[in-house]
Amino acid sequence: MRYGIFRGNKKLTGQIDNWSELCVNNQIISHHMQEKQTMEERLWDFIDGLSDAEEKSAIQKLIEENLEWKRAYHELLEAHQLLHQTDLEQPSMRFTRNVMEEIAKYKVAPATSTYINKKIIWGIGGFFLIMIVGFLIYGFSQINWTAASGNDPLSQVNVDKLNWSRFFSSTYTNIFMMINVILGLVLLDLYLHRKKEKAREEVS
Amino acid sequence: MQGSLTDTEIISRVLKGEQPLFANLVERYQNYVFTLVLRFVEGREDAEELSQDIFVKAYRSLADFRGESKFSTWLYTIVRTSCITFLRKRKLDTTSIDNEKTYLQLESQESNFKANSIEAKSRQAMVNQAINLLSPGDAQLITLFYKGEQTLEEIGTIIGIDPNTVKVKLHRARQRLREKMEKYFSHEVRDIQGE
Repeated sequence: MRYGIFRGNKKLTGQIDNWSELCVNNQIISHHMQEKQTMEERLWDFIDGLSDAEEKSAIQKLIEENLEWKRAYHELLEAHQLLHQTDLEQPSMRFTRNVMEEIAKYKVAPATSTYINKKIIWGIGGFFLIMIVGFLIYGFSQINWTAASGNDPLSQVNVDKLNWSRFFSSTYTNIFMMINVILGLVLLDLYLHRKKEKAREEVS
Repeated sequence: MQGSLTDTEIISRVLKGEQPLFANLVERYQNYVFTLVLRFVEGREDAEELSQDIFVKAYRSLADFRGESKFSTWLYTIVRTSCITFLRKRKLDTTSIDNEKTYLQLESQESNFKANSIEAKSRQAMVNQAINLLSPGDAQLITLFYKGEQTLEEIGTIIGIDPNTVKVKLHRARQRLREKMEKYFSHEVRDIQGE
């Protein structure tokens, strides 16, 4: 039994020894791979002409003096040249004619910037701005500034006790809302009309 | 005479109503567009149809080309969006073109390519086959950089990412391409290196 435990421990210790050795080996391998990766990245930059003058001369020196760099450089250069030599795929002989027959049915669409009318954008922006400003003016005009005795006038406003229906049942508010709604509908109509015109133009 | 016109000159004349001149642009870029589409779409028929649609789209929105970039960069942006839309319509999961599902599909193709590797007689054919084994995202990056004559900044504009990220992605794509070449065309690669 003791012998068994001893043997087991020894086996375990042995495994740990191997394991730590394995870890060290892995570290060496990963370090080597990282170095190789950096070397390849620098060489690709050199081949693509992306390195600066200083880096260029440093790599040229490394290629001349270091056998590993020289071998890797020639390998990558070979791959680079091969990639440049590859042929492009060719479509069928009728390709251009097919495209030209197809485009004969169409007209060049007007540039996006021309049919997205800036006036409409400004109009919509203005509509919302008028609404916000209108509501703010109306809201402020309803506040009784003199009644506030404290420093903070907002603390005097009891939101729960506010009579909201008073704001929205006023004739002026209703008129203001109606004008805004009509303005909005006019803008929408303008937009849809232009869109319809454009579609008609394309069909003709 | 018309062949010597620049892209911008052709575009301004097409916009003025000289529709037949658009054929020059089609001639000039059809191979680039078709190759890029083939990186996304399997089958030449589908790729050709989609390439035609791309040129029609480009023609229709030609007025939107403001000349801020090269025409090719603008066109490749249409290629990319059209391909992604096409794949979505095909009910393929294209949330990421580099996703696992795409890889799985490609992995299943690999055995066929391996069997046909003997047929890869020329270097170009071998590289093209290896590019086809990559994910569409990697294949597209390599094609744009090497064949589409696009800079890292321009590729960034097309894909919608930062040029530095493009650089990192391109580096990884080339690394994966070399792995594929070593895995499936080791014999041919040795022949090339031995020359």
